[in-house]
Amino acid sequence: MSGILVLDIVLLALILITAVATVEVRSLYSAVMLSSIYSLLMACFWVAMDAVDVAYTEAAVGAGISTILLIGTLVLTGSVETVRKAVSWPALAICAAAGGFLIFGTLDMPRYGDRDAPANRHPIYEGYTTQNVPKADGKSAQDVKRFEEEQAAIAQQQAGKHPGEPAAEHAHGAEHTDFFHGHVPNQVTSIIVAYRGYDTMFETAVILTAGMSLILLLRGRRGNPQRGGLL
Amino acid sequence: MKDNVLMRVAARWNIPFMVMFALYTQVHGELGPGGGFQAGVIIAAAFILYGMVFGAAEMRRIVPRKVTDIAAVLGVLIYAGTGVYALLNGYQFMDHVALMPSNPGAAEPWGMTSVEYGVGITVSAVMITIFNEITEGTDEPRLGGDTEIVPAPQENKTEIG
Repeated sequence: MSGILVLDIVLLALILITAVATVEVRSLYSAVMLSSIYSLLMACFWVAMDAVDVAYTEAAVGAGISTILLIGTLVLTGSVETVRKAVSWPALAICAAAGGFLIFGTLDMPRYGDRDAPANRHPIYEGYTTQNVPKADGKSAQDVKRFEEEQAAIAQQQAGKHPGEPAAEHAHGAEHTDFFHGHVPNQVTSIIVAYRGYDTMFETAVILTAGMSLILLLRGRRGNPQRGGLL
Repeated sequence: MKDNVLMRVAARWNIPFMVMFALYTQVHGELGPGGGFQAGVIIAAAFILYGMVFGAAEMRRIVPRKVTDIAAVLGVLIYAGTGVYALLNGYQFMDHVALMPSNPGAAEPWGMTSVEYGVGITVSAVMITIFNEITEGTDEPRLGGDTEIVPAPQENKTEIG
């Protein structure tokens, strides 16, 4: 049994315990703190799965900001859960069925870390993760690929002629002072900001919309009515 | 929590590091994990921590609503403006090469950096706005399981003007 597997099992067990405790606990402040712990454990789990960006977001948003906002909401609404009825069997059945279907759906997914998974074998995988910047002089992607192959061939030839010389110097554009060799090192940022730039722009607009809605709904409603409205 | 010495001292010591870490995340967005969104959230968390310890009114004093309102819009404007700048220079929308046509390989990270700053500004401003609006009407968020809402003190207009 590898160490990673032990770590995964321990983390997942803790996550499960925290999730059940979050549901069961009566004091809502405790529930908020438990959900914060849940997010922190999830962040640890993402790190164990090598998804550092996701872990970063989970820790900052899930464990940080949402906890603060939930506490702020509890200040407004009240901190004790109302008394619940006994277990509602139809609701439990629906939840169990939905969860069962989701787990059944995951059976079709490739195994974790499978090198034959579609995500790892997709033919344009390289194109997603490298910014070859062919747009500047109107070259198509094929042109750039051919150019790169030629450059690689030239580099190989030169490497054959001068075995001591590093081939990589010739393969990459030495005419530019290009520290990133045409793509940024963080592939996640590269995809989010460059490849899916529109998507991220509208996500930002959605966040702005959320803030504006909150201003329109809450600002000036309590306390000081004369200070309502935008700006 | 203004009277709690421990909280006050801890907040005073932590906030500079949080802001510093947020700036690190922002500046290194294209190099390592993180980026504008995470940086914005962390910097907002630093301000919100200040607001929780020293009171929401004090928080609104150091970050007035006008600032957060304008910053929230400004961030989206920076993001979209980066795209429109390329459009005006004869490139496709959001083609970061327009920022430095002589060196496309370096223009791409520049564009990403600009865009990330936009995201960071909007996210931090909106998060602070959310906290400000939720705590409006309360002197400070009370974390001790106390749900009583403390009415805001009536503002003295002559003092402000």
